[in-house]
Amino acid sequence: MFVIRIPRYWRSKGFRYRLEGYRCEKCGHFHHSPRLVCRKCGSRSIRRDRLSQTGRLISYTVVKSSTPLFEQYVPYVVGVVKMVDGSLVVGQVTDCDPEELREDMQVEVTLRKIRVDGENKLIQYGYKFRPVIE
Amino acid sequence: MQKVYIAGYGLTKVGEHWDKSLETLMAESALKALDYTGLSRVDEICVSNVYGEVLQEQLVLGSVLAEELGVSGVPAVRVEAGAASGAAAIRYAVNAIQSGITNVVLVCGGEKLTDGTQEESLSLLSMDERYEVAGEIGSHFFSTAALLYRMYMRRYDVKQDGIASFSVISHENASTVQHAQYPFKIGLENVLNSPYVAEPLHRLETTAQADGAAALVLCSENIARKLDSPKVLVSGIHLATDFPNPFDREDPLHIQSLAASTSSLLSMRGISRGEVSFIELFDAASILAALSLESSGFIPRGKSGEAAMSGRLSLNGELPINTFGGLKARGHPVGATPIYQVAEAYLQLTRQAGKNQLDNVRFGLVESLAGFGSSSVSILLEEV
Repeated sequence: MFVIRIPRYWRSKGFRYRLEGYRCEKCGHFHHSPRLVCRKCGSRSIRRDRLSQTGRLISYTVVKSSTPLFEQYVPYVVGVVKMVDGSLVVGQVTDCDPEELREDMQVEVTLRKIRVDGENKLIQYGYKFRPVIE
Repeated sequence: MQKVYIAGYGLTKVGEHWDKSLETLMAESALKALDYTGLSRVDEICVSNVYGEVLQEQLVLGSVLAEELGVSGVPAVRVEAGAASGAAAIRYAVNAIQSGITNVVLVCGGEKLTDGTQEESLSLLSMDERYEVAGEIGSHFFSTAALLYRMYMRRYDVKQDGIASFSVISHENASTVQHAQYPFKIGLENVLNSPYVAEPLHRLETTAQADGAAALVLCSENIARKLDSPKVLVSGIHLATDFPNPFDREDPLHIQSLAASTSSLLSMRGISRGEVSFIELFDAASILAALSLESSGFIPRGKSGEAAMSGRLSLNGELPINTFGGLKARGHPVGATPIYQVAEAYLQLTRQAGKNQLDNVRFGLVESLAGFGSSSVSILLEEV
């Protein structure tokens, strides 16, 4: 938790880079990580799927105090986005002044630098959300 | 099934204990509990601690505590369920005594967060959610609380004053408590003028780093009869789980695990919510006090802030909460926190709460949460 474990980060690249996860074929529930059993209905029929690339911001916060991994980036914005299928995804919101944030604003997924790690300056990429420009 | 009693307690002051180790703090509280009950040995020890393997790089805390107490040889384990670990440890003890395989269990919770930095503590608290979609993207315990807080204010169309008032109640109650981390009063304006940790959550709506240890002696009826110390009956203890991340749930503002654990607890004992004399709840962030009261059915949804401001939840109100200051003001040494909650309920029900003593107490309810209710434990204690 004070360092990023590279194999673990690598394993979750599908969701981190593309919001790719695992959907239950029976009830349609979406999981961000590989599952053997649907956490909602208990079915074992799961297939890979991707979330929509746009969604609606339903809550947000400007983070002023952070954990060691993100200390150098404060203040930054974290939001909850309701995707087209109804799944909620928590992520950072970028390309936007905090004053411009509004509930219900349309946002889209973008691949960004999440942070730079340790002495080797390993760059970690992942999804963030940004406002959709109409 | 054997009945289970609490026959003793021991607490250290919650604070920054730079000169004491985790195991010394735990031994201190454990010895206080043993001396209080007049016991020198127990059948089993159950330790609750959450971050020992990270901050102290120490496992086997059951064996460590047995060694510290000079009783090596007794069965001793550590139990983990995030911030609800202490309550899970009590549940372990209750189950062991109920089953008849053991008669006296020492439950000891300890945490020493000041061995790490404040930022590290925040990171540790955030492990109660699924880490790869929380801590690793820059979200943490208080930012999740802030997201829920904003959703709450919007859905119920309420201002912040009500929720922020939970901190005022906690500090008011802690102002007379020796073992509290912050034994002083604060006003609503202090809360609202304190800096944001994550907007709209202010610094004074959160808990801070804390060290502390708390212990309880639980025993069967046979043993309880032989001990002179005051007793309280554990009428029930229920644990339920939910998805760790609140935004994965049907309704992020409803703690279903807590709703389930509290409902089954009260119906097993056959009492209504109106018969509960007071609640020790889990206000690790102000909004969690509101979500707890509403999810467990004591206050209608969206009305907690109003209730907090009305005085209804204060010591002289009809449903007092956090009678010794709760997590906010008594402090939140994570692995020990639920043990403090139960010890405080014990003090109320045995009329040892001093200036904080409530009148006419019969049933005390303790609610402990891991994170946002990935595990919820509800414990009902009853006057003997």
